[in-house]
Amino acid sequence: MSKHLLEVRDLSVDFHTAQGTVHAVRNVSFHLDRGETLAILGESGSGKSVSASAIMDLIDVPPGEITSGEVHFDGLDLLRASHEERRLINGNRIAMIFQDPLSHLNPVYRVGWQIEEMMTAHGMAQKEARARTLELLQRVGIPEAETKIDAYPHQFSGGQRQRIMIAMALALKPDILIADEPTTALDVTVQAQILALLEELQEETGMGLLLITHDLGVVAEVADRVVVMNAGEIVETGTAAQVYSNATHPYTKKLIAAVPGAGDMAAPLEATKPILEVNGLAKHFGEFVALEGASFTVLPGETVAIVGESGSGKSTLAKTLLRLEEATAGEALYKGRDLVTISPRELFDLRRDVQMIFQDPTQSLNPRMSVYDIIAEAFIIHPEILPKAKRRDRVAELLTHVGLEAAHMQRYPHQFSGGQRQRIAIARALALEPKLIICDEAVSALDVSIQAQVIQLLAGLQSDFGLSYMFIAHDLPLVRDFAHRVVVMQSGRIVEQGPVAQIFDAPQQDYTRKLIAASLSPDPEIQAERRLARDQLTGAV
Amino acid sequence: MSEADIIPDAPHPLRTTFRMLWRDKFAFSAAIFLCFIIFCAIFGPMLLEDVATKQNLRGRNAPPFDFSRPWYFWLGGDALGRPLLARIMVAAQNTMMVAAGAVFFSLAIGTTLGLIAGYTSKLGSQVIMRLADVIMSFPSLLLAVIVLYVLPPSVFNLVIVLAITRIPIYLRTSRAEVLEIRERMFVQAAQVMGASSKRIIFRHILPVVFPTLVTIATLDFALVVLVESSLSFLGIGIQPPEITWGLMVSQGRAYLTTAWWLSFWPGLAIILTTLSLNLLANWMRTALDPVQRWRLESRKTSDE
Repeated sequence: MSKHLLEVRDLSVDFHTAQGTVHAVRNVSFHLDRGETLAILGESGSGKSVSASAIMDLIDVPPGEITSGEVHFDGLDLLRASHEERRLINGNRIAMIFQDPLSHLNPVYRVGWQIEEMMTAHGMAQKEARARTLELLQRVGIPEAETKIDAYPHQFSGGQRQRIMIAMALALKPDILIADEPTTALDVTVQAQILALLEELQEETGMGLLLITHDLGVVAEVADRVVVMNAGEIVETGTAAQVYSNATHPYTKKLIAAVPGAGDMAAPLEATKPILEVNGLAKHFGEFVALEGASFTVLPGETVAIVGESGSGKSTLAKTLLRLEEATAGEALYKGRDLVTISPRELFDLRRDVQMIFQDPTQSLNPRMSVYDIIAEAFIIHPEILPKAKRRDRVAELLTHVGLEAAHMQRYPHQFSGGQRQRIAIARALALEPKLIICDEAVSALDVSIQAQVIQLLAGLQSDFGLSYMFIAHDLPLVRDFAHRVVVMQSGRIVEQGPVAQIFDAPQQDYTRKLIAASLSPDPEIQAERRLARDQLTGAV
Repeated sequence: MSEADIIPDAPHPLRTTFRMLWRDKFAFSAAIFLCFIIFCAIFGPMLLEDVATKQNLRGRNAPPFDFSRPWYFWLGGDALGRPLLARIMVAAQNTMMVAAGAVFFSLAIGTTLGLIAGYTSKLGSQVIMRLADVIMSFPSLLLAVIVLYVLPPSVFNLVIVLAITRIPIYLRTSRAEVLEIRERMFVQAAQVMGASSKRIIFRHILPVVFPTLVTIATLDFALVVLVESSLSFLGIGIQPPEITWGLMVSQGRAYLTTAWWLSFWPGLAIILTTLSLNLLANWMRTALDPVQRWRLESRKTSDE
């Protein structure tokens, strides 16, 4: 039999849908050794998750069908094993952690119970399981594990939940841990901690780690070897350093080129009269201070990035400026008029000038409206923009502006990909001919190459129409390439702001430095240096 | 601009609707059956009133499937020898008026109040919800008995009473849905564009809530028919010689052991009507949802 811990050979998976058969995975082969980290890198739809699901027997049959291939683990072909044999292996020998720990933890059971269940299901005594659970929670770094063992999933932060998922996966000391986008939903600093934890645990137990990710930075940080997938096929394999520096396949090259953070930083604009001037803006929810004393300006044609981790008040800032939330204190002067206090009548006129692009285009577009209806709604609400007869042409024109086709206007949002949907959302914002667009994590949900395209589109629109952007993001490399100025926020307060070059090259605050150190570079060598710097920083703090 | 020429106009909505209906054979049969019921409700009394009310004591409880007699006796005769088939067709009018009327008014009023309660200030919402609680805490049959004892029993009063007692169902459902949907991002996106509350409610929230409410309404339809029959049974609903399906079911109850068909046929009419409405509502839910619609579109016509 094979000498590798896990070996996948010629795996092909089809999905039979109403639109015909989709070849999700085609002739994929890879292997994983003990103590090794193998990353499967690819964008959404590349078949990376399907490959991992096949190993765990998680593919729904039908519509899925495994048409060919073998998965060898410990002398057994998993694809041909009986359900009983599979049950002994899943969880016990091969464990898996998922992208979104909140939806994979049952909200009505205590976390301790859920971890114990994992062990009792495989025949461990209750008492022993509890002791081991406590030990595991301490190991993965949950503070006050003795009391937290009886808490419910919602009482933990996102990072802690992922730690709990890891504890659960490790409960039975598996030989292989499959991590499906384990850090995608987490903040950069938390991401670094989780990855470090995974590495530590791997050293301790000698397990094989199969990491599924779209993030080249994650690959550079932890992977020994990497398999690049595109459209269901493996296009490139090799060590992480090899693949990064000597990519041979055009797709890999494209992927590496699309990673932000390598371009030139924008020079600060000349000081003109600001389009937006925020002074001491604050928002409290009862006792909780979501935003306090926020002051900054946005110049015409400028991109101001607001960065910070989740809970830092970035989104509250956007919502307060748009009057989706009422501010507690402070003012926001737009062309001399205070957005926070003006009457609804005046606000209605200002709505045309200040628009927003939301994080998740799947949710920000009404699924029951056609693309035409979505974009033309702007003209119905503000009929003075355009007479009725010209609306159809204008919508077609807007769609072409954002790189879609005019004929797309009759379709519905679900018929588009994520990147296309975000383009529709941008077209909708542009329909009102705004001066300032607030982008709330507008590209975070998109694949790297799509992200680059949308950023390019936004930059193009900025130079064409002189737009200003308030660009809310947690992804620092992206901000580095796109913004003129950066505002760093932490727990509702602005800790540092300045031109992009100053923030990235000479950060003044520890928090800013920590953020920059935690963001991942796609280059394994740079990443190794950063890691060293980060270790020193955490050692110092 | 030449784009307008390139983009083909969408086919006529009526045509696409019919095509989608044809694709779902169950819904199609249901639609045909409902058309027949509506036809009976409109023209039944006009055409068959005499036949349906003529007593024939020699033909009392005549068994069904005696094909030697005229067609309207094929489903048998009732306790006074009146043809059941004709009576069912005549009764369709009162039944549909009461049930459809009550369901329609409770749906319309309940949904409107629910949308208001879900989208306005806390105070307005509280007032509406407590009103609903009052209606819900009062036994609906008791309310109906009191009201119909005071007011003369007529189709109109019956509709009003039944509608009021059913309002809280739609109100609570729509409010709960609105509370969830108003937090969705596309509603915020509309707010950012400056959309009025009216526009957000009718253009963004109502289309999402509506299919749920229609499904409830079709289920409620059968319930209303039966409540109406129990009121008629107590003598405060529809007064004989006026007839409804529910009344026919309760009148036939006494003969269940000897002549089952007296209750069976009107009961079957109630079941089939409700079932048809349900199938049609189900079809409509799919047809109205752009994400699901492809299931009803034939592959040839869809561009995907």
